[in-house]
Amino acid sequence: MTTVPDIYRILPEVILTLTGVLIMLLDASMSTGASRRALGWVGAFGTTLALWSSLWQLSLPMGTGFYSTVETSPFTIFFHVLICGIVLVALLLSLDSLPENSHHQGEYYALIVFGAVGMCLLTAAVELLLVFIALEISSIATYVLAGYRKETGRSPEAAVKYFLLGSFATGFLLYGIAMIFGATGTTQVYEIAHSIPAAHHHTLILASLALMLVGILFKVSAAPFHVWAPDVYEGAPSPVVALMATAPKAAAFALLLRVVYEIFPTLRSIWTPLLWIVAILSMTVGNLAALRQQNVKRMLAYSSIAHAGYLLAAFAGLGNAGIAAASFYVAAYAAMNVGIFAVVTVVSGYEENLPLIQDFRGLIYRSPMLGGLMIFFLASLIGIPFTGGFFGKFYSFSAAVGGGAIWLAIIGLLNSGIAAAYYLRLALAVAQHPAEEPSTASLYQPRIGVALSAALLFAVGATLVLGIVPGEVLRSAQSGAHTLQPPPEATEVMDITALR
Amino acid sequence: MHLILFVLFAGLCLAGAINLLLQSHPINSALSLIVVMTSLAVLYLLLGAEFLAAAQVIVYAGAIMVLFTFVVMLLNAGQEERTLGSRAARTVGFPAVAAILGVLATIVLKAQGLGTASLSDGITPTEQLSAELFTKLLLPFEVTSVLILIAILGAVALARRGDGERTEGK
Repeated sequence: MTTVPDIYRILPEVILTLTGVLIMLLDASMSTGASRRALGWVGAFGTTLALWSSLWQLSLPMGTGFYSTVETSPFTIFFHVLICGIVLVALLLSLDSLPENSHHQGEYYALIVFGAVGMCLLTAAVELLLVFIALEISSIATYVLAGYRKETGRSPEAAVKYFLLGSFATGFLLYGIAMIFGATGTTQVYEIAHSIPAAHHHTLILASLALMLVGILFKVSAAPFHVWAPDVYEGAPSPVVALMATAPKAAAFALLLRVVYEIFPTLRSIWTPLLWIVAILSMTVGNLAALRQQNVKRMLAYSSIAHAGYLLAAFAGLGNAGIAAASFYVAAYAAMNVGIFAVVTVVSGYEENLPLIQDFRGLIYRSPMLGGLMIFFLASLIGIPFTGGFFGKFYSFSAAVGGGAIWLAIIGLLNSGIAAAYYLRLALAVAQHPAEEPSTASLYQPRIGVALSAALLFAVGATLVLGIVPGEVLRSAQSGAHTLQPPPEATEVMDITALR
Repeated sequence: MHLILFVLFAGLCLAGAINLLLQSHPINSALSLIVVMTSLAVLYLLLGAEFLAAAQVIVYAGAIMVLFTFVVMLLNAGQEERTLGSRAARTVGFPAVAAILGVLATIVLKAQGLGTASLSDGITPTEQLSAELFTKLLLPFEVTSVLILIAILGAVALARRGDGERTEGK
């Protein structure tokens, strides 16, 4: 129906793939001792290009390509831009924090860029087979990156744990896909959505929904599928954590939105309570566990579990209000988390000599800029106005209230209160006077280069923009939400929404 | 005839899978996996999927299992150690698997209007399969190459010696 060449529909992915291949080729042609920093810049340049190309996709008519396997719509473009932005920040962060001449930097940058291909494709895929392959690409890239600090014991442990549990979870997703294929005879998202109202074998579809939710909720580390997150975040190199705490999760949330709102809109009465329970569990478990952590990365891991809970609260919203709120929250969450992990990376160093909260004591005196940024991102995580975190929580909880889930919003607000306690503990440590005797902490001088400054600037800018002028982002999230509605032909959908 | 073959190989497949879990020596588990893969290939053939059956034998029972046994022998993996954790996993795991199996079996048995797969002599031509693969599923097929590339890249990055020993294996 459209005359758009198929290649334009996957232009960002094509650019990212070519960038990855280019990095590999350049890496092979460089002499063994040479610095690999240039490869990081190639990656950053390619990612920027991909970001622009996905913005350019806005000028294309909405539609699908490659025999209805990928889609370009405001929804996919929103997440493409978000993911490319996160990957760009992660690449810039790695440029200044990876130790020189070690650790296979060429492969490192190539893996990040190829991982971005998978994440972008995951948000654009409307064919469950492609969803599976895209998810595997992004997962395998992060499994490998998690094990990059081979000289320590913890990093390989984290990688193996992540790999085993992640593969197990992907198995659930695949089982769900197989079930839905058994029930409807197709794996194309729109065709499934069309045939579900007519399908009589209801139990198979329910089983498929349950299995797919398990697989996806694992990827977003929502309780009770969260046990991997703290160990993996602690063991993986910090710049990698900045990436994998945000970008794959953003992609997985996009998939979750697509699955529940586009494939199973008719089963709304079933998945809403499920996601309610998961949201409450994630918030409570995440926050209570975070209170007891001494290691900053573990604490932030539990905090990210709690944030997944706040985000899932938006799914209780009525109609497409939940989609826009959830998309906005993903953006706000990504901006502040990539920022705070960037600061943690710089302060603790790649070797992580300073991983504990008390090591951050007096940071603001050692480096006013880093200390200030740390407090700024913590404020955003708490949800103080004029930061992205505030509007994220605001839209999410108001979507929940709009959907009639007032209790969910109240529990969310109570949890935000608990969360403030541990965020403030870290903020206080940062602002405290350093101990008198010169400890190892005060001797360590963080290095801040051009790339790192740019990364921090992006993260701060994004958090501020989302917190002060959220209108533009919210509008694009809403236009994305409009495109993610069940197809109009599915009449039964209308009946159910009318009933509610 | 078909039914006898089906029951025979389905039973063999299940027995192999259970044996795989129960064996404590990796090489025995790997050999049981070959039984599972080969009997699956026969089941595919019974369903008329000749290409799938051939691919199953060549790729899984052939290539992948050879790799498996190689790795097991190269690593010289010995008897699996029974720890407290593995014993706990055994006591919790088997009932949990039984429960999930029960739930899934009930769902599949209760599902109405499922298409029936006939154990017949009819064979899906490979031509039809490739037409599907290279038109409708072209993009997933092509993207798989990125997946394989990234797996190779990851394996190289993790397996190669780090820090100043870049010359090795390059």
